[in-house]
Amino acid sequence: MPHDHDHSEHEALVIEDEAGNIEAQIIVDALQEVLIGKGLLTALEVTTAIAKLESPGIHLGAQVVVKAWTDPDYRARLLSDGRAAVQELNIPVTEARIIVAENTPELHNLITCTLCSCYPRSILGQPPSWYISKAYRARSVREPRRVLAEFGLDLPENIQLVVHDSNADMRYLVLPEPPEDLERFTLNELEELISRDHLIGVAREVV
Amino acid sequence: MKRFAAGDVVRVLALGKTGHVRIPHYIRNQIGRVTAYCGTYLNPEDLAVGNTAGRAVDLYRVAFAQTQLWPDDMIPHHDTLVIEIYDHWLAPAEETPNAPRP
Repeated sequence: MPHDHDHSEHEALVIEDEAGNIEAQIIVDALQEVLIGKGLLTALEVTTAIAKLESPGIHLGAQVVVKAWTDPDYRARLLSDGRAAVQELNIPVTEARIIVAENTPELHNLITCTLCSCYPRSILGQPPSWYISKAYRARSVREPRRVLAEFGLDLPENIQLVVHDSNADMRYLVLPEPPEDLERFTLNELEELISRDHLIGVAREVV
Repeated sequence: MKRFAAGDVVRVLALGKTGHVRIPHYIRNQIGRVTAYCGTYLNPEDLAVGNTAGRAVDLYRVAFAQTQLWPDDMIPHHDTLVIEIYDHWLAPAEETPNAPRP
């Protein structure tokens, strides 16, 4: 694999030595060992917490979107109170409020968090590494159309771009436009078409 | 008591506070329009130092024209940025039209 670019081009997300040891992991392992040794924590509690953290994912977001595409009353409820509407689908939402930003033929939404990595984690799981990178966090507000182009989305100028900075207590989900031939698909097929990138807004067309 | 409603023109203050503030520098001193009231929330500036007994503060979503935030010529005029601003970081825009900009 060619690897001829300068390493300063991207941020190191994990610091790994030659043997594959990750510095932060060594510290976490040591801390866990001490806490378990002192009886303050059990290994089962740790694995249970990790499983809980990792169980949400794009499949839940896709369910919400397909429900909104196929049930106009649900779509209306989702746009007026995202948290309550998502919870209707038995998805436990831990965020204070979910705001659903609807794409239209004239408007496209993009979600970011310039200050850290706020993300609707109870619905979509953990954010992708690029979402928490300093480059995305800065450039998604400073030159969002260029960022979209790098994701392969050349947004026409006549489509309004709205960038949502999740800097405080709200969390956001993009509701993409349905495919034109919606009726051709089963609900499961529709869910398969939806990617995490659609729900963040770095992708637009669902085909 | 809500000070603003959707459509109000507001200026984001540059309070110069240190610590865990949630108002990024790029939006300070900018003039935008309130799009929605989000309810009241405990102030993250208090929560960050373990104070959960502070007063809940109003939170608004405020929209800004991208052409106003950045100097580029290439930005379409209709592009916007929407961000959440706590009440104590906002002033009615008409009260501060001559405030010095940094």
